[in-house]
Amino acid sequence: MFNRGNIINVRTVGHHTIDSVLRLGYATRFFALTLLHSGTSFRRLHLIIRELYFTGVLSMIIILVSGLFVGMVLGFQGYQTLKTYGSESALGVLVALSLVRELGPVVSALLFASRAGSAMTAEIGLMKTTEQLSAMEMMAVDPIARVVAPRFWAGVISMPLLAAMFSAMGVYGGYLIGVVLIGVDEGSFWSQMQSAVDFREDIVNGVIKSIVFGIAVTWIALFEGYDAPPTAEGVSGATTRTVVTSSLAILGLDFILTAFMFRGI
Amino acid sequence: MERSTLDLWVGLFMVAGLGALTILALKVGNMGSFGGTETYQLSAEFTNIGGLKPRAAVKSSGVVVGRVAEITFDNEKFLAKVSMTIDKRYKFPKDTSAAILTAGLLGEQYIGLEGGADEAMLANGGTITLTQSAVVLEKLISQFMYSKASEGGSAK
Repeated sequence: MFNRGNIINVRTVGHHTIDSVLRLGYATRFFALTLLHSGTSFRRLHLIIRELYFTGVLSMIIILVSGLFVGMVLGFQGYQTLKTYGSESALGVLVALSLVRELGPVVSALLFASRAGSAMTAEIGLMKTTEQLSAMEMMAVDPIARVVAPRFWAGVISMPLLAAMFSAMGVYGGYLIGVVLIGVDEGSFWSQMQSAVDFREDIVNGVIKSIVFGIAVTWIALFEGYDAPPTAEGVSGATTRTVVTSSLAILGLDFILTAFMFRGI
Repeated sequence: MERSTLDLWVGLFMVAGLGALTILALKVGNMGSFGGTETYQLSAEFTNIGGLKPRAAVKSSGVVVGRVAEITFDNEKFLAKVSMTIDKRYKFPKDTSAAILTAGLLGEQYIGLEGGADEAMLANGGTITLTQSAVVLEKLISQFMYSKASEGGSAK
């Protein structure tokens, strides 16, 4: 029981637990510092605009194309299932509700994490490795205010817009397949959708979800970059961790938010 | 990249994102057709509301004129009290009747209003007294079976 090997094993478990709690505390402090320094980055708006270009504009293509294809697949699959019950006219409701409530925020956040989040981590990790962050500190420029905060706000602003684009594109994808290709009645497609989708309950809740995902993904990406060991291996590990952790965070948060938002319905 | 090009692209991105949100609100959601317009409240009491839910449509002659706001139970009269928000554009006479109807055989339940002939109109907070409850399928079947059974008895 108390031989050397077992004690070492127990010690490793303890070490990992304490280490992860420590990292969580550090990450929270980092988040608080980012929020604290946000005022400076809002005064220098061109920094945020530059980052909006990299996180938002460059993610647009993948978001729009994926949205279109997800919508088209929903159109096909939904039609196959609804046809069995003779309610093809509810296709619009199915496509719109699944996109606005779930797929829009979640899938676009997953794409955003792998497209923009990993790039953020790699960029900041490399800045740290090449000692650009320390150089800034030497020049009395706070790297959190200059590098981290603009990226954070760019991520938080672009995420809901990207999710909205994804959903809108998906609805038109469903329309393309359902109405144009298969021939579901156009009037009932739109009118049933409009009577089933509520602005407050569905669309606003979807936007809230995507804002929460935006905060989580950019926070994780920035922290992993800032905390990356200053080696080539460390940066690559941090990039991988960003994608894995933020994907899991998105799915976990989605479950919690859905349980709160749509419990009564 | 030049600063003005960057601004242009980011501006386009913001316009596209906000445009997508507007499309979702107006074309996909019900902001355009119902919402933002002024409404007034009406209420009605039913002995049985069946499967009626909040946010169900209130229709008159098939046109959506409002939505069910709240369903509560009156513990003194033992009746279900349904409050509805009705679009200000539509006025109904005092002797309007309300019935809980079903869209199709298995469709959603909604409230159908049928205008009366009274000169006075229902105001905000008014109550519709003539009501017809939801049809409960089990009751209907049991009534049918009783009447069939009594028919069979008399024929003998």
